[in-house]
Amino acid sequence: MSEKTVNKKKKRLLFRTVLLLIMLSLITFAVVSALQGDNETVAVGETAPNFSLKKFGSDETVELKDFRGKGVMINFWATYCEPCKDEMPYMEELYPEYKEKGIEILAVNLDTTDIVVRQFMEEYQLTFPILQDKDGQVMNLYGIKPIPATFFINPDGTVEEKVIGPLTLSKLEGHLQDIAPSS
Amino acid sequence: MSRITCECGHVNPEGTVLCEACGKPFEENQHLNDNKPEQLLNMRYDGSARRSQTYQRTVIDKVWNFFSSVKIGVSIIILIVVASAVGTVFPQEMYLPPGSDPTTHYEEQYGMLGQIYYQLGFHNLYSSWWYLLLLAMLGVSIVIASIDRFIPLYKTLKKQKPKRHVNFMKKQRIFGETNSADIDYTKLKKNLKSKRYKVFEEDGHLLAEKNRFSRWGPYVNHIGLITVLIGSMLRFVPAMYMDEFLWVREGETKEIAGTEGEYYIENEDFILETYDAESESNSQFQESLQNQANPVPENYQTNAIIYKRTDLPIVPGKEPELEKVREAQAKVNHPIQLENGITLYQASYQLNEFQSMSFKLHDKGDEDTNYGEFTVDLTEPQDEYTLEDGTVIRIDRYYPEFELDDGVPKQVSKFPRNPAFIFEVTRPGEETEVSFAGIGVNIDATGENDYKVGLVDFGVRDVTGLTVKKDYTLPIIAVGAAIFMIGVIQGMYWNHRRIWIQPKESGAWVAGHTNKNWFALKKDIDLTLEGTGIESPVDQQEEKDKRERRKDDGISTD
Repeated sequence: MSEKTVNKKKKRLLFRTVLLLIMLSLITFAVVSALQGDNETVAVGETAPNFSLKKFGSDETVELKDFRGKGVMINFWATYCEPCKDEMPYMEELYPEYKEKGIEILAVNLDTTDIVVRQFMEEYQLTFPILQDKDGQVMNLYGIKPIPATFFINPDGTVEEKVIGPLTLSKLEGHLQDIAPSS
Repeated sequence: MSRITCECGHVNPEGTVLCEACGKPFEENQHLNDNKPEQLLNMRYDGSARRSQTYQRTVIDKVWNFFSSVKIGVSIIILIVVASAVGTVFPQEMYLPPGSDPTTHYEEQYGMLGQIYYQLGFHNLYSSWWYLLLLAMLGVSIVIASIDRFIPLYKTLKKQKPKRHVNFMKKQRIFGETNSADIDYTKLKKNLKSKRYKVFEEDGHLLAEKNRFSRWGPYVNHIGLITVLIGSMLRFVPAMYMDEFLWVREGETKEIAGTEGEYYIENEDFILETYDAESESNSQFQESLQNQANPVPENYQTNAIIYKRTDLPIVPGKEPELEKVREAQAKVNHPIQLENGITLYQASYQLNEFQSMSFKLHDKGDEDTNYGEFTVDLTEPQDEYTLEDGTVIRIDRYYPEFELDDGVPKQVSKFPRNPAFIFEVTRPGEETEVSFAGIGVNIDATGENDYKVGLVDFGVRDVTGLTVKKDYTLPIIAVGAAIFMIGVIQGMYWNHRRIWIQPKESGAWVAGHTNKNWFALKKDIDLTLEGTGIESPVDQQEEKDKRERRKDDGISTD
């Protein structure tokens, strides 16, 4: 085989390899992005996206990143959500104890009228902070569809656990223990 | 693994079927084009060496050869067609009625088959990984098969010589021998040129060729297809493509989805106009309008104000500081364009959502009495309303959309679609009464009330539905489609025609080849040979078919 032929073959192999690699990377990109499109929610292990919401019944705004170093439970709820009514008393029951241990509960409310929230709070005697997300911006940010949905955030800001649907008292307590800052 | 040196001196790549220069059929490679002795030559790809048929060394080569195969390409297309068809048997997930659960819906509605359909992922077929993979494989197949055929064909047609091998000439479909000493080559060349053939000459042998570029049509067409595929793939890049939906109530200001919280829109007014059959300007539609039982909409329009957020960086959920950009109207086919490539299309609407309700307090048995009226803003009801005479009406409970669940009112959503209230009415110096009032309901809780809170009026507002779209992939897809069409036209409306003429001691040989439209080639040949002393060649394929037909009919010519 002449040197020319060998060179030609080498070039051809290189060309084929490069072209196949380019096409492979394009395909990988397409398939991966297509599969990701469905569940672009906040995944376990990721840093929980920051947000800033008004605290119900005050002019105070609450920003998530201010809670670094504390465990945070973010609960998305609304007054028209029946299962939310079941888990709210559990949250209220455990709140004082775990607040002591360095955990904050942020209950993000999705209603649009203040009066229904106020009436709900009075009925259930809620003491943890209720945040208002009237436009559903934070709800979209976290990719929430059915409620209740609850995120448990570690003191370092990463998502420890994500629960769609209502929590039982024991499950809630277990998750709260998981995100308690060690001190 | 060796190159083939032809008797004409040309060195051909391995796997060549017909010598690139003189067209001599190489015996050892005739099987590659399914050529049989005693038959006309298969002129596919001009007998060039398709590398894929001979190279089998590395994994890369094996993958390459797999995709180079037209059989594989066609199989992929068939798979895609079958899968796409199956995907239409039951509705796709996105078209299920709102609120239905796909995990159970398919089984409930369509039984076993539905369950299988769902389990195999057909409910989300067109974005499933394996469907995309099939499309991708088709793309790869198109690219590789084209490269593998275009390059050898291009080289062969570039290297072809006018002087052709005897066997090449004889085995062309159009072939003729003339025995005559009196042949006018000058006139022949002139005739060929007047038919716009390019004439090449070598030792008196002639090659007349036209429209070689039409052979590139399929490859141009494939470039177009690939461009379209890449364009549609770019739809996965959020910067290139976005498609969202936005409901905005009149008076409401909302973040425009997909702008990362940068832009807001306020719905000032949603307008639905219908055609006025009485109006002069609509006289031409009068008859059709009268045939319609319902009013015919003429215009759907949202009068909006676009705002830009000024408090940067943007923290989601934070109360935005907004700066008015401009006022704008969205009508059907006349969308609102934002500066960043985002377009808002008028896409849907809901009329008459409740916004406010007015009540009056009167004696339970007599609607004509009036102790005062009050209006509740449904987006933000107050806790208490005090009437002029000092009566205090406290809202004990507000249900934006209520349903009765076993006689107990229950709230089902946050939107005021069916608002209801529990009022506590306290007249000065009297006991507090409780009553329940909504649209079409008014219940006296104890049955002992003296007064009634009666609904006298309600205010409504409309909701506009806007599609928020950004699409930078369309120009790419349009360019791809244009290239595709150019390729089709190039290959369809022109034919690659070649005529070979060889001077012989006893006269001359003529052979001709085209990739399509043999009738026109024969006509071209007949016209150019006129008055040159060369006889018209015959269509050997046609002759053979004729002979076979006669044989079938039982007519013997011998």
